[in-house]
Amino acid sequence: MAYLKIFRYDPSGGVEPHFKRYELPPEKGMTILEALFWILENKDPSLAFRCSCREAVCGSCAVHINGEYRLACKTQVDPLGEEITIRPLTHLPIFKDLVVDMKPFFDQYEKIKPYLMPKEEPPESKEYFQSVKDRKKIDSLVDCILCGACYGSCPVAMGDPDYLGPHALLKALRFVQDTRDGAKTERLAIVATEHGVFRCHTIFNCQKVCPKDLDPTGAIAKLKMKSIGFKLKSMFGFARSAG
Amino acid sequence: MIFHDIIVVGGGLAGLRAAIAAKMNGVDVAVISKLHPVRSHSGAAQGGINAALANNPEGKDDTPERHAYDTIKGSDFLADQEAAFIMTSTAPEIIREMEHWGCPFSRFEDGSVAQRPFGGAGFPRTCYGADRTGHYLLQTLFEQCVKHQVKIMEEWFVLGLSIDDNRTCRGVVCLDLHNGNLEMVGANAVIFATGGSGRMYGTKTSNALTSTGLGIAMPFWAGVPIKDIEFVQFHPTTLFKNNVLMTEGCRGEGGYLINKDGERYMGRYVSEKVMELGPRDIVSRSTQTEIEEGRGVEGKYVYLDLRHLGAQKIMERLPGIREICIDFIGIDPIEEPIPIVPGMHYTMGGIDCDQDGKTEVPGFYAAGECACVSVHGANRLGGNSLLETVVFGRRSGEDASKYVKDKEKKAQESALKKSLEEVKGQLNTIGGGNGKENPYEIRDELGDVMVKHFGIFRTGEEMKEGLEKLNGLIERFKKIRPIDNCKAWNFDKLWIMELAGNLCLTECIALGALNRTESRGAHFRRDFSKRDDANWLKHTLYRHTPEGPQIGYKEVQLGRFEPEERKY
Repeated sequence: MAYLKIFRYDPSGGVEPHFKRYELPPEKGMTILEALFWILENKDPSLAFRCSCREAVCGSCAVHINGEYRLACKTQVDPLGEEITIRPLTHLPIFKDLVVDMKPFFDQYEKIKPYLMPKEEPPESKEYFQSVKDRKKIDSLVDCILCGACYGSCPVAMGDPDYLGPHALLKALRFVQDTRDGAKTERLAIVATEHGVFRCHTIFNCQKVCPKDLDPTGAIAKLKMKSIGFKLKSMFGFARSAG
Repeated sequence: MIFHDIIVVGGGLAGLRAAIAAKMNGVDVAVISKLHPVRSHSGAAQGGINAALANNPEGKDDTPERHAYDTIKGSDFLADQEAAFIMTSTAPEIIREMEHWGCPFSRFEDGSVAQRPFGGAGFPRTCYGADRTGHYLLQTLFEQCVKHQVKIMEEWFVLGLSIDDNRTCRGVVCLDLHNGNLEMVGANAVIFATGGSGRMYGTKTSNALTSTGLGIAMPFWAGVPIKDIEFVQFHPTTLFKNNVLMTEGCRGEGGYLINKDGERYMGRYVSEKVMELGPRDIVSRSTQTEIEEGRGVEGKYVYLDLRHLGAQKIMERLPGIREICIDFIGIDPIEEPIPIVPGMHYTMGGIDCDQDGKTEVPGFYAAGECACVSVHGANRLGGNSLLETVVFGRRSGEDASKYVKDKEKKAQESALKKSLEEVKGQLNTIGGGNGKENPYEIRDELGDVMVKHFGIFRTGEEMKEGLEKLNGLIERFKKIRPIDNCKAWNFDKLWIMELAGNLCLTECIALGALNRTESRGAHFRRDFSKRDDANWLKHTLYRHTPEGPQIGYKEVQLGRFEPEERKY
């Protein structure tokens, strides 16, 4: 027999934050998302949680399950023991129960200008050519589903609400390394700040929790290297023109 | 009152592309979506998007005409041919546009966009980004929305379409999930891009939990006709356990379908040259036949075997498939074959509209899977749905931009207020009673009825029985328990309204499928197993009446290719 202990809170309905315990039916192979639905459908229709694809690609259902940030849809109930505690993502305002306000998360994402700023006008009636080797440089960087698990797990994001966060920095590297992009300097200037890459303490939480096995920590390390190069170059450039 | 020149409902590929088109024309546009756009199910599309780019050496003779021919033949000649031509001739340019906007397509050695073979296609013309093409396209369009500062009202749930007494579209009524308030949103044009309806078939679908019939049912209730909804595509390869999609790209890359005896059974149903790369309706029927005739593994499923492709190819081209298999069924396709069954995948039918997304109601447009242009006819080819979203999303955004140009920028309050009252009344009727029925049991039973009675193989008798069961469920739905009364984030209300949409649409499917006494594309009747062009080369048109859906017809636009027997 398993129990879900779920964080409940409804500021609009006067429900103070508390945990509520629900007994689950003995069903093999149930996922946490299916368990949440079972509760909504049979025990408590006021339970609020996000979901959509149920196949780990839409990024809706990241929550904190027994101490780890995971996608509810791809987490099995069985191996988690008898009592499973579920909380919403942290560092983000709570709307209700497991639903958090993702606005700060997407605001950070928007800061790095998350769109291709091409080097040159596109060739007529042709694609930008990109060699297989160059395309490999953005492998996995393009796979982020923006679920927020990394952001929730990051202690730096807790302490600094202006920190760009692992998701936005991974996305920044995705464009910095794209051979079609021409705004490397502009983006490095955005991330090479005290609220950008230099705020990261290389704690590896984001890498550990990523449900898509991506490596934001590594991406940030790469951006740090590139940022140092960029900073030196701009200082050097400044010194020369001043001299 | 909130007002925008154009409201786009839905934040998937079709919706975002329509909004970008409007924004680039300088029009005041907003996207309303029940989900954040990147959560849309477009992002789950895997295998690719078709365009006759002729990048693949084996496809160097490919042309938009050949693409159109394959599409029309695949549709069992029910597609409107001019519309199919528009789609296929726009395809190369629109793929390049997505690439120019940064979409990370996989590449050939020469640096061009990579293309793989897909079912029912004469050439390898499916452009792909590994097996995450939908994800890459959706991220790219969302990025463009950020760049162009497209206004997005996320987690607003549209519940009503407002059409005034002069049959002109005036906006929508929505539930703001954040606070539970019903809001009127005025607009001179509304574009519905609400996606698919797979959840009519319960869990036996590759679609997201949020892909329901409500987006088609709402305009239907407001008086807009729907078309060809009896044509339901079953994808041949969905995971046996939970019907998650296993892309056609698996077979495009050379994967086999094998039965319990280890036999590549497709040779029994199509030519040796085609094998696993038949069109989806045929491959699904073949697979179902294998299972029904006792050649399924444990009598329940068959295998999709990728082992011979080798670890490198699987990891490079099909990494998402491998990840899903490992995460959800604990099987690594490099070492073991994947247990699969056909599963509901796509509705060829939808809101009746033309090549510019226009419906018969001025100011109301539809694009993407919820629309029926029609380019897919009775059976859609793999790789054509992503293409449809961007081509017709853009066209509807362009046309709506022109339509709103000289209109007064002001909400028509009386029409919107009337719609608001209607939505309140509907919510009260559905969820305000004191019945005892559990709506979620009705939802589950509905899925079972649809799979059993309106599935891959249909007969008149089974469908009549199914329709009776369906009517029973519709009656029971009138007696459900009250909807939970919490204000903010009332997901009970959301899921129950989605079910109301599903019940409406399934009734149309049942009536239309019973009515159509022939077999065409995905609609296969054992009691009428031949295509009947003399009587049925026509679209079904459904209209809402207080007595139930009323069936009429619409001519198919031919003109380029004469209907012929479909052989593969």
